[in-house]
Amino acid sequence: MKDPQYGWWLPPDVSTNGWVVDELLSLIHWFMLALFVGWSIFIIYCLLRFRARDGHTAVYEPIKAAFSKWLEVGVAVAEGVVLVALAMPAWAAIKNITAEIPENPVVIRAVAEQFKWLFHYSGRDGVFGAIGSEFISADSPAGVDPDDEAGYDDFWVYGLHIPVDRPVITRLSSKDVIHSFKIPVMRLTQDAIPGLEIAVWYQATDTGKFQVGCAQLCGLGHYEMKADFVIHSPEGYQAWLDEEHAALGFDDE
Amino acid sequence: MRNTRHWGLTMSDSHEELGFWRKYVFSTDHKIIGIQYGITALVFMFFGFSLMMMMRWQLAYPGQAIPLIGALLGETFVSNGAMLPEFYNQLGAMHGTIMVFMGIVPLAVGAFGNFVVPLQIGAPDMAFPRLNMMSYQAFVIGGVIMLASFFVPGGAASSGWTSYAPLSDIATTGQTYWLLGMIFLIFSSLLGAINFIVTIIHLRAEGMTFFRLPFFVWSQLVTAFLLLLAFPALQAAAVFQLMDRLAGTSFFLPSGLVVGGEASAAVGGGSPLLWQHLFWFLAHPEVYVLILPGMGIVAEVIAINTRKPLWGYRTMVYSLVFLGFMSFCVWAHHMFLTGMGTTMSTFFQITTMIISIPSVIILSCLVISLWGGSIRFPVPMLFALAFLPMFGIGGLTGLPLGLAVPDVYLHDSYYVIGHFHYVVAPGTIFAMFAGIYHWYPKATGRAMNESLGKLHFWLSFVFMNGIFMPMMFEGMAGVSRRLFDPTIYNTGAGAHGLTVISSWSAWCLALSQLPFIYNFFASMRKKERAEENPWQATTLEWATPTPPPHGNFPSPPVVERGPYEYSVPGAASDFSPQAVKQGV
Repeated sequence: MKDPQYGWWLPPDVSTNGWVVDELLSLIHWFMLALFVGWSIFIIYCLLRFRARDGHTAVYEPIKAAFSKWLEVGVAVAEGVVLVALAMPAWAAIKNITAEIPENPVVIRAVAEQFKWLFHYSGRDGVFGAIGSEFISADSPAGVDPDDEAGYDDFWVYGLHIPVDRPVITRLSSKDVIHSFKIPVMRLTQDAIPGLEIAVWYQATDTGKFQVGCAQLCGLGHYEMKADFVIHSPEGYQAWLDEEHAALGFDDE
Repeated sequence: MRNTRHWGLTMSDSHEELGFWRKYVFSTDHKIIGIQYGITALVFMFFGFSLMMMMRWQLAYPGQAIPLIGALLGETFVSNGAMLPEFYNQLGAMHGTIMVFMGIVPLAVGAFGNFVVPLQIGAPDMAFPRLNMMSYQAFVIGGVIMLASFFVPGGAASSGWTSYAPLSDIATTGQTYWLLGMIFLIFSSLLGAINFIVTIIHLRAEGMTFFRLPFFVWSQLVTAFLLLLAFPALQAAAVFQLMDRLAGTSFFLPSGLVVGGEASAAVGGGSPLLWQHLFWFLAHPEVYVLILPGMGIVAEVIAINTRKPLWGYRTMVYSLVFLGFMSFCVWAHHMFLTGMGTTMSTFFQITTMIISIPSVIILSCLVISLWGGSIRFPVPMLFALAFLPMFGIGGLTGLPLGLAVPDVYLHDSYYVIGHFHYVVAPGTIFAMFAGIYHWYPKATGRAMNESLGKLHFWLSFVFMNGIFMPMMFEGMAGVSRRLFDPTIYNTGAGAHGLTVISSWSAWCLALSQLPFIYNFFASMRKKERAEENPWQATTLEWATPTPPPHGNFPSPPVVERGPYEYSVPGAASDFSPQAVKQGV
């Protein structure tokens, strides 16, 4: 595992979708910079050339400024292109889980509460037990129905573990207030809202140990609501799953 | 003549000599109310700024005792002089609330609108002077409730200035005070808004057609409509939340909440997103409430100091009206990450791109107005000119936030903080300073000191950028907002140097306000009187005696031309006032 670097600009990107975000950010910022520098040069030129001085008077008649129309049309067109050609398809790709259901996904429930992230894995059977807020207790923080057999091999941990190179679907929910699931290295943020379950998907391209944070003010401990985010190699992930399964203490194994 | 009857009434009123209390405290004179608003708002702003300076200490030096004042604060706020997270959250929520609702809005609308609008349209006063007084009183009551909330158990509101439910529903008593305070502040704005609309439509002097209104008056008219139409949504939402907290309803509480391991007793069935919709239905138009009066001031100051008409005045007015209308159609771009569908987000991305166009047009018109001028650089002009690139940065950085994909990464990061502060702090606040330096001679009859003004400007310009530019980079680096100690994240630790630059800039910015504060009070005591029309301006406020008496104009003015007739070929001087002769 490499040691990721964090500084004054974008953190490392280890996701399949992140480049879309990074490229759009870069494109838009170059566009903004060009507009800003252009306007600034114009302003400074005006201030120097038209400064009040002896023998200089202002011109009453408005100038014909066709270029301002071109500029405005240009800005509108550029925004339109960015919006329609780049931003919307990218948004659809990131959001539409149903449109291109990633093959062979790992499905993990993320349950937010003040002030921790709980990650609920479906276990060997690949099926989550029935969920309900009435089942939440100290022993069952994920709220799994104790009578549902599908839930017997479910387990939950306070860190997010995923395999590299496989799509991950995270079903986000919250027990109490609004939280926001933020993973900078995945270029991902999504609110977790009580009463709703919202799914996001992402795929890692490299292994490593990173962080999940909360990006929505959720109370006193908001600032420390973070969790480890570990991207395993496929073998490492399997080994981790086996370890967690063993910890459940089934007799049959 | 439309105004004759009204004029008759006010003229006789104005002859009556008023005692101290009725003249300065319970005044119905729009100018006194404007000054009351202005001074109260500036005091609140300085207070709101002080809260932020404490937060900046915690951010730059997490866990260290706050110098100077750390020892003075009570145990509920600090521990051994170092800030507690609960206090940090209170400071954050109250900084936002105070700056927006008790600082900028009362200053931009209550102070400048009240003082300048009736003078610029040639009216003797606002249409409803007593309503005007009530509006100020409601503002003070709301402000006092907000400040008092620091002293209730659990301290002030701590759920952010956005007060997102359900967090705010289950927060401590301070939140109830916040809601009550907001209800008064909203009443104040609504009373003001009605008054502005009626005044501008009905009390214009003879000959003051809509297209002879100074751009500042237009900006106030559009702002008043925004306040009138947007604030009721938040008023309703505040009452709902108050009911949730006090009467056991659950407008914003969904079923099945488990708070701190305990099932919530609330009935449930409510929606946390309902609050966000109602809040942003107000708060996006509110953004334009914060900026439009500033644009109006900048337009006035630029026209006067370039000595030529504003370029594209009518285009600017149409853009302004369009901007006002569109501002009601973009609110959900604050909610891209709430899981809304692609169709909804597409709609709001499109409206967001559309609304940027009138803003670009207004800004271009202001910039192009410089071309062909004879540009003077008094202090108000410096602030007005600085407004252009600063608001430019604020507007441009809205672009990546308005597109859902980059917003996925930047949402709730320091980039957002940098973005809206560029709009409101070096943007609107610079415009407010321009206005203060510009109209001070009208309000007091004294000029402010130019050298101190220039010192104030240059220091403020440097340090404003020193505060907010690093935030853009922090946001890019992935640092989330509203964190008591960002360094516990690896992104926050990596960008910590930027945080320190911001903090030192903030404290230096505070020191940079000392020349202004001194100048503001010392200039009032000067013996030497300012000229009647020190900027050689055309608009009507400069045609009154200085300071204007109760009732404003000795006799009703008659307007003959547009607001920006500067350097008219063949005219006697380089400015042709809107009203040459007075009516009878």
